[in-house]
Amino acid sequence: MNRQIAWLFGFVVLLFAVLAGFTSWWSVLRADDLKNQALNRRPLLEQQQVPRGEILARDGTKLAENRAIGHRQTKRYYRVYPTNELFSHAVGYSFVSSGDSGLEKSYNDVLSGTDDKQLSSFIQQLGGGASQGDDLRTNLDPKAQREALAALGTQAGSIVALNPSTGAVRVMASVPSFDPNKVPQELTALNKGQGGSLLNRATQAQYPPGSTMKVVTSAAALDTGKYKPDSFINGRDNVVISGVPLHNYGNESFGAISLTDALTNSVNTVYGQIGEKLGKATMLRYMRRFGFQDQPPIDLPSSQVAPSGVLKPPQPLTAKDNWDVGRVAIGQEPHLFVTPLQMAMVASAVGNKGRLMEPKLGDKVIAPDGQVRDDIQPQEESTVMSESAASDLADMMTNVVKSGTGTGGALQGIQVAGKTGTADNPNGGNYAWFIAFAPVKDPKVAIAVVIEKTQQSQTGGEVAAPIAARVMRAVLGEGG
Amino acid sequence: MSARSRELLGLLPVSLLVTAGFTAVLVARTGANINKATLTYGAIFLGACLVGHIFIRARLPYADPYMYPLVALLAGFGLIEIYRIDPDLALKQATLFGVGLALFCATVLFLRDYRSLERYRYTIAIVGILLLLAPRLPGIGQSTNGAYLSIGIPGLGAFQPAEFAKIAIVIFLASYLNDVRDVLVRGRVPHISLKHLGPLLAIWGMAMLMLIFIRDLGSSVMFFGAFLALLYVATNRLSLVLPGLALFLGGAAFLANHVPHVHERVEAWLHPFTPALYNKPGGSYQIAQSLFAQADGGLFGRGFGEALLTQVGTGGKQVPIVPAAHTDLIYAVIVNEVGLFGGCAILAIGLLFAARGFKTATLATDGFAKLLATGLSAVFAIQIFVIVGGVTKVIPLTGVTLPFVSYGGSSIVANFVLLALILIVSDRARRDPLADRGGVV
Repeated sequence: MNRQIAWLFGFVVLLFAVLAGFTSWWSVLRADDLKNQALNRRPLLEQQQVPRGEILARDGTKLAENRAIGHRQTKRYYRVYPTNELFSHAVGYSFVSSGDSGLEKSYNDVLSGTDDKQLSSFIQQLGGGASQGDDLRTNLDPKAQREALAALGTQAGSIVALNPSTGAVRVMASVPSFDPNKVPQELTALNKGQGGSLLNRATQAQYPPGSTMKVVTSAAALDTGKYKPDSFINGRDNVVISGVPLHNYGNESFGAISLTDALTNSVNTVYGQIGEKLGKATMLRYMRRFGFQDQPPIDLPSSQVAPSGVLKPPQPLTAKDNWDVGRVAIGQEPHLFVTPLQMAMVASAVGNKGRLMEPKLGDKVIAPDGQVRDDIQPQEESTVMSESAASDLADMMTNVVKSGTGTGGALQGIQVAGKTGTADNPNGGNYAWFIAFAPVKDPKVAIAVVIEKTQQSQTGGEVAAPIAARVMRAVLGEGG
Repeated sequence: MSARSRELLGLLPVSLLVTAGFTAVLVARTGANINKATLTYGAIFLGACLVGHIFIRARLPYADPYMYPLVALLAGFGLIEIYRIDPDLALKQATLFGVGLALFCATVLFLRDYRSLERYRYTIAIVGILLLLAPRLPGIGQSTNGAYLSIGIPGLGAFQPAEFAKIAIVIFLASYLNDVRDVLVRGRVPHISLKHLGPLLAIWGMAMLMLIFIRDLGSSVMFFGAFLALLYVATNRLSLVLPGLALFLGGAAFLANHVPHVHERVEAWLHPFTPALYNKPGGSYQIAQSLFAQADGGLFGRGFGEALLTQVGTGGKQVPIVPAAHTDLIYAVIVNEVGLFGGCAILAIGLLFAARGFKTATLATDGFAKLLATGLSAVFAIQIFVIVGGVTKVIPLTGVTLPFVSYGGSSIVANFVLLALILIVSDRARRDPLADRGGVV
């Protein structure tokens, strides 16, 4: 029988070789595939083992921090948002059960400490200890944000405020808002809930810009040299633009009127004619310089920013496509969509002598030991127009606030340049806009305010401009 | 060097492993101070190992010197992992190791001569089968994942009779085949009467019955594998073994298509990453998590105490990621923590144990002893294959323990009895043959 026992043992060796082979297959040869398996949540869960970096406001207020549960081996960290609804859209959330959004998502690598993965895991293995995520200090201003949310109240809408010379985002408000702490329990409800409170209106909602678009048209008109602030254009009512008669607000007729006065009084027919004269290609060129027709270069997840411009959402259209340049020039064209962020960028570029800065929420990445690991520098996105064109346009916009439709946006003792906008909301009321920057000579704040649905037929000048003034005062009060 | 001194030397790596393992887990857990109370688990374990060695030295002086240290190595490995998963379970496991050792000693003391087992073979076989069916009895039976694997004993917890039944069945088969092997070896296939094929049919029927009635897939593979191994060794006739294998595979294929519980297991095995199966209760979640854990381990693993085993559930509670980490999936956790190398170490230890068992069988002088040692070694090896094969997706995953490594009293205690039987055979086989003969003269 000994020979058979030897054969049997040989068979057992074979079986064990199969086991060793399969173990090698899963643990080494196929390991990467398994780690990337959608069902494998280990990579996410591992992030719970290290304390995530904190997200701080400009003044040091903690916007996102950690709580630990369990102890020793079972210790896990989870996210808490001490300011609740204040910065819910910009900061976002990060939960293993619900995924992540906002800055939590776009800065996940630094916050979770996985940005230099190879190195840290090697060091982790040597040291046996887990690493820690870096903190993110943002440009966000809690005082101004609080003012913005208070000013919006229960009205659906959004406010974005930037520093024109650096692109630092000071305010990013979107109403209705949500409490990120409640996301794990209520994600589905929040998704379905009234008006989509998870939607970041500042970067995702695409509205018709109304007359705020005339700032873009003016920039093109001035910078191409085809118009001067004192060029006279016929501002009578009822001008045929692209084959369809266009009317002024209240069907008012203005006769021959300077460009400055046309902006001050927001004369549609003047800007419709300018748009037609400039043509599609020129309009698009200037729009692109302002950041239209493309994803805005902000440090938020690309899934949470929408492009602005002449679109067939989500595709941008070209000069060859069929759209009405005259009505794009006055901001009332069915293909024209803008986000509040984009319009804040428009105001910011004019205020910053024609140079557009990339909007940035993040300011510094700070290591656990307090060292600044990454100082996020201001980046110039593009030169939109010449300094002189910007200066002319700033003067024109100053007139709007001084004596035109935007007087509601004036600040005591500080010169404000702005532009109002009102667009018809098919669901009733109007979209009310106001974009502005201040102080005019050395701007510290550029702002865009939109209210989704005004009472009856209120205008941007009546509703949005006073809110913008309130928030700008709060931003400037901080010392810029 | 005497056999017993080699055995004592063999315990040295065990104590090193246990000390290093426990320290590593503790360091990973606290990052600092080593808790005395928890270290005593390791100390108790090593003390028990030494007591076992002294007992073998006294009662089985000629027994194989490697099997006992190999068992201690497996148990030590298991204890570290269980300690890492749940310190309270480790205390129980260390206690159960002591109980197993006590039963080991009792077996050696009461079973002076293994040949007395032959006399009671029918009693043993019937007790074994009754044990198997016990989990189906109302009142004491318990079911997990649709399988009836254990009976509840008040005060002691769950008891898995299959672990003991496997030894009873091997004893019966070894004895029976030893008697009829002459007929089976010499007879032409047509002339072998039903009387001689009786055990084949009975065992095959029982394995199928278990598939249907007890739904214990893993044990039925073990039993049938041991039976075929013994049939082969006893008769050297593949003409008997291969039809038996074909019958089993045919029966398994039929059941996989017609019994929903079996069908589900097979589906989960074939398509572990199908979301619908993954999310289904009793679906492929377990096998998928097993593979994810192994992938996380890689070549060298995360280190003792470093693998990710729990997550934060709703309400901030710790929820296990790897289900049955301390029992069915302990191999996956070992690969997770000490990598492919650790997994292969477990396999190598198991293979060495089987090798020494088969070596004992070749040294034994009488047929029953040969078959007994062969059968016990084979069933041990097959058990490892069934559970490790299940965890690594070679075969469908079933609820069988990894001998001496998994948490579980029945498993530890029954496998100690298995060790006792092999060592008793070994002790007799390795006595100086001349001295023995001298006694006769």
